[in-house]
Amino acid sequence: MEELIYTKTKTIQPGKSSGFCPGCMHDTIIKLIGEVLEELDIADKTISCTGVGCCGLFMEYIDYDYIQCAHGRASAVATGLKRGNPDKIVYSYQGDGDFASIGLAESISAANRGENITVIFVNNGIYGMTGGQMAPTTLVGMKATTAPKGRNPEEHGYPMHICEMLDTLTAPVYLERTSCNTPANVIKTKKAIKKAFQNQIDGKGYSLVEIVTSCPTNWGLSALDSLDYLEQKMLPEFPLGVIRDR
Amino acid sequence: MERVLMKGCEAIAEAAVRSGCRFFAGYPITPQNEIPEYMARRLPEVGGQFVQSESEVAAINMVYGNAAGGVRAMTSSSSCGISLKSEGVSYCAMARLPIVYVNVSRGGPGVGTIQPAQQDYHQATKASGNGGFRMRVFAPATVQEAVDMTYAAFDYADKDRNPVLVLADGVIGSILEPVVLPPQKTEEEVAAIKDSKSEWAAVGHQLGSRAWINPGGWDNILYENCNKDADAMYQSWADEAEAELYKVEDAEVIITSYGISARISKSAVDALRAEGIKAGLVRAKTVFPFPNKAYDAINYDICKGIVDVEMSIPAQFVDDVKIAVDGRAPITTVLRSAGNMLSKGAIIDAAKAML
Amino acid sequence: METNICIAGFGGQGVMTIGKFLAQAVTDSTELNTVFFPTYGAEQRGGTANCFVVIADGEVGTPKADFMDDLIVLNNPSLNKFIDTLKPGGNLFINDTIVTDEIKRDDINIIRVPGTEKALELGNGKVLNVIMLGAYIGYTEVFPVDVMWSTIEHKLAKKASLLPLNKAAFDLGLEYGRKNK
Repeated sequence: MEELIYTKTKTIQPGKSSGFCPGCMHDTIIKLIGEVLEELDIADKTISCTGVGCCGLFMEYIDYDYIQCAHGRASAVATGLKRGNPDKIVYSYQGDGDFASIGLAESISAANRGENITVIFVNNGIYGMTGGQMAPTTLVGMKATTAPKGRNPEEHGYPMHICEMLDTLTAPVYLERTSCNTPANVIKTKKAIKKAFQNQIDGKGYSLVEIVTSCPTNWGLSALDSLDYLEQKMLPEFPLGVIRDR
Repeated sequence: MERVLMKGCEAIAEAAVRSGCRFFAGYPITPQNEIPEYMARRLPEVGGQFVQSESEVAAINMVYGNAAGGVRAMTSSSSCGISLKSEGVSYCAMARLPIVYVNVSRGGPGVGTIQPAQQDYHQATKASGNGGFRMRVFAPATVQEAVDMTYAAFDYADKDRNPVLVLADGVIGSILEPVVLPPQKTEEEVAAIKDSKSEWAAVGHQLGSRAWINPGGWDNILYENCNKDADAMYQSWADEAEAELYKVEDAEVIITSYGISARISKSAVDALRAEGIKAGLVRAKTVFPFPNKAYDAINYDICKGIVDVEMSIPAQFVDDVKIAVDGRAPITTVLRSAGNMLSKGAIIDAAKAML
Repeated sequence: METNICIAGFGGQGVMTIGKFLAQAVTDSTELNTVFFPTYGAEQRGGTANCFVVIADGEVGTPKADFMDDLIVLNNPSLNKFIDTLKPGGNLFINDTIVTDEIKRDDINIIRVPGTEKALELGNGKVLNVIMLGAYIGYTEVFPVDVMWSTIEHKLAKKASLLPLNKAAFDLGLEYGRKNK
């Protein structure tokens, strides 16, 4: 007897595949979100508000409602959408340039108002789509096309810790940092995503999952080597775990 | 009909609510603060939502998200704040989202002055953001017109699925005048408007029939076709341009203007007529589409000249007037800017100088 | 018929209230048209404040005319700023208590009202504006006196305890206006 033990999430359009680079973790995260939406049975009332950059590359292939937002503004767009449709499920999906640089005011303000939305913040420490420029989360010493000698604290300051910054606010209910570098961490990430959506369903308020990921292409590493880099360099700077859970 | 005395900004806000607006996001800036302040009080009374946003940029993007969810949504600002909304308005134009926004304009460029001016004409009519999109732009000259235009703006926005701009100024925003308010749409009507958008709006759909609010991407052919569709719509508006013609038929001198300047110009026409001088007024009520045909009503055999009146230095409106007049009469300008009010006397003097 | 009125003084003297009450009375109780146009300095308090009111039987054109029919000034800077905008034969209402600068025109009607002094005598300096409004209506009768009073009464409905004070102030102003005719 054959037993079906795995099928692709139905939230991906049939026959479509992603355009992400080999080793990119966006794919994994989009899949996890899709699985969570199916498990919570909310795919038909969920809307993704997606930032600009590689995080927007999935717009062609997901099968539920989708709003492409201006660069950095996804948290503001999600605010407006959720306020007018409080019974729908609204999440923003934003990279580090989008969320933590150009959109920082919108990101922090939505958290500070305690909007009842879910935020998936993908942090790989670099700009992907535009070609490896320095991000607010770029590690000290890490090379970028706009910091060819590597991030220099005297000139560029230090990596920005979004979860810890948001933890200074009163309103957010759930902040967790996860990664997708190992199967165990992928499972933890899915659990975190599910909790962040469940909080919204329960009307609890603002939930954010920061997912530390790799960018083999712009880090100049193979997919496998980038996992080592993530483990050895990124995770010490961005330690995983629950920062707040109310 | 019952008249009520209302401040321009508050009347605009009330007209929006009566037209079914149920979301407003905005950021403080003089001279339009009474719009968000009024909305903060009024929208909760009708089950709507008000958000004081962290910036004008955030405000327009909240409106983008709210309109994407099928709600009638509005924002307002003044001049330099309107500049900050440019990107968001451009996104609405490409994603074909119906929104209404109001510019209670002040002096410029830069931070300019907080007093009334009309220095955003080109921005409003030609380039409200990147990408060469167009919008209907209404230019009220009285509080009553500001009410009527705002009320209608939401219908136009929904019909076109495009942004609509009400281009007011600091005078219209701050004066109190008696107005007759339009009827308030019932909650059933407001709900029906939202429901009518449920096919394209991002309100959740069965897998396989998703809504996609799409301000652009990678498919060059798809987006060129979007540009073509939009252009066809912009061109279809030409016959819907609105203008007021006042004592134009026998006029030997024409004063042309829009908004608050046109109102002062009309007083000048009356004063000139009282002196026996045959003056007339062509007033643009929509500045996009521009009422080119209104200028064909001028009798160029007897009209000795045209006086363009606007509260902007350098002149901007005059560029569209030149196209409409097309060399049929000489044009001069009467201008103030940076918050200085036009004087009726200066308009009268300029008109006499044309004769 | 079109009457252009300018009211000017310090912020806090109730300049805007005079203008708004006039426009409200026109709207509520007449067939006339009106516009109230406020202009402020950047200061929230203590700066200069002035406003313009137009009352007309036809469409109101410019909300701020080049020249005024009537000018109400509550302090010296306002007198000097606006005196030249008053038409020949126009009416100048001054708060005589503190407007002490010389008036260098002899082609206008001057109605002197000891507004601040009388307001303080009534026990509340804030009613200066109601005294000046009373004087203006009493002198010009731009519309009937009872129209003006019923608007004030209506506007103060939520502060009914202040009505007797304001009635006294209004009547006092009316008297000054009438006896200057």
